[in-house]
Amino acid sequence: MAGAIMHPLTPQNRMQLRWKDGRRTSDVAATFIKPNDRLTSFERLEIYNRQYWFRLLDCFYEDFPGLRAVIGERKFMKLAESYIERYPSQSFTLRNLGSRLETFLGEESRWTASHNHQLALDTVRFEWAQIEAFDGEARPILTKEDLEGKDPSRLRLKLQPYLQLLEFEYPVDDFLIAIKKRESSLRSEASNAMNAERKTTRRKKTPLPKPQKTFVAVHRMNHVIYFKNLEPEAYRILLALKKGVTLKAACAAAFSPNNADMGKKIERVQRWFQNWMSLGWFCK
Amino acid sequence: MPANRFNGFTNLGVGIGLRIPHYDHILTRKPAVDWFEIISENFMVDGGRPLQILERILEQYRVVQHGVSMYFGSAEPLNRMHLKRLKTLVKRTQTPWLSDHLCWGSVDGTYTHDLLPMPYTFAAARFTAQKIRETRDFLEVPIAVENVSSYAEFHASEMTEWEFLSEVVELADCGILLDVNNIYVSSKNHSFNPYDYLDSVPHNRVAQIHIAGHSKYEKYILDTHDHPVLNNVWKLYAHAVRLVGDTATLLEWDDRIPSFQEVHREALKANQFRKTLHHEYVAT
Repeated sequence: MAGAIMHPLTPQNRMQLRWKDGRRTSDVAATFIKPNDRLTSFERLEIYNRQYWFRLLDCFYEDFPGLRAVIGERKFMKLAESYIERYPSQSFTLRNLGSRLETFLGEESRWTASHNHQLALDTVRFEWAQIEAFDGEARPILTKEDLEGKDPSRLRLKLQPYLQLLEFEYPVDDFLIAIKKRESSLRSEASNAMNAERKTTRRKKTPLPKPQKTFVAVHRMNHVIYFKNLEPEAYRILLALKKGVTLKAACAAAFSPNNADMGKKIERVQRWFQNWMSLGWFCK
Repeated sequence: MPANRFNGFTNLGVGIGLRIPHYDHILTRKPAVDWFEIISENFMVDGGRPLQILERILEQYRVVQHGVSMYFGSAEPLNRMHLKRLKTLVKRTQTPWLSDHLCWGSVDGTYTHDLLPMPYTFAAARFTAQKIRETRDFLEVPIAVENVSSYAEFHASEMTEWEFLSEVVELADCGILLDVNNIYVSSKNHSFNPYDYLDSVPHNRVAQIHIAGHSKYEKYILDTHDHPVLNNVWKLYAHAVRLVGDTATLLEWDDRIPSFQEVHREALKANQFRKTLHHEYVAT
């Protein structure tokens, strides 16, 4: 039954007339589901088949508004079906439904035109990072007192688990902000049924961004998600710290090895760290 | 029964499901509500806004956990990681009992995210009851299983749904979350008398009652939780209350969710039946 429920629908959103092995689905359904005076075995099974796809596609649709804008609504729905068929949910929560979408896009470039493949990848990574940042763990914040007397050459700072560091080829942060203004995202929770047809609403297109190297931190303050643009060197420091490198080594690796403008470099690093401390990005 | 070992000897009154669109109203206005039911899976996260909201709700209200992914009827063994996450939440909420559905929904670690009906066989009852027992032993909290609405019946079934429910709860020695809307929906889809169902289940095991709205289609009824409770369901509820006593009752409204006041007003209609019961009791 699970195989039938998770089998893709026809373009008309009906259950496939043929089983995977070529038999008539109605014949197979009749072997394990009783008909009643109003519905055949096929029709009863079809209710579950449709509900499965409507529920998962609805969730997927809400989670990736940016990808929808990049590749278009119609292509997005086809991609969604193909993705869910290859990577059905392996989690108790639909929150994780899109966790393998970046992998899928890497495997299947046919869903994106060559000119926007990288933009699609950047967008998906950014949208998934927001899901991770939203309910990721927050540990006790590191204070100035915790750092007093510590040797930078031995000090390894830990970043909050919810903090996501991302490097993009496109400025997808501004792009997503523009798109999200058009979206309202409320999801139904415990109903045993989906009564909505698939969404194919046409919206005015948000212009796609031009390439521009971008470094972004996705974080949260007071339980609200924020995006913060980072300078390349700042991004490299944070990334190195996340990998467990010492503070001194992380700072050294972020800049080119010359002593030019050392004063300005120190000033910038101090400013960054003041800001990151105030945002609570370092934890115990 | 009003207060029994299956609901932690509580008598909570009339509650509603905690849903995102109502968060602001509840946290700012602090309306008088007997209790809230939460969907466990929405709060089985590591941090962020879901847990912050939950903490604030717990400061003011009694909360009971209701799950949608335990899948007692799935053929695979219990997922220990899932149980550990659930136990963390149980400790946080101090839920007096925990409910989930008498259904299946996953195969070999792949989730359908649906509440699928089971074949009503003695073997399935024994297997399911064992999983419920293991869950209760691990979580150390009373378990109540909910009857699901369904659209299909299996040739393999050896008994009626209410006989199966009774068999499982007796074998597991657990409680029942009696969903009278689901009984109504299934009675129409499978042409049985819903009063036979209510009369037959072990009334002393009812820990909680669910009420909800549904949608009528030409050939079947869908359990959509997107309407007020229909009159026929209220009649069933009245009958159930006469049989099982004044039991914790909860209104589910999961789609096209109206204002908090409207949902709460709908839930409080249950009080007229509970009061009638009190009057009948005094009169005798």
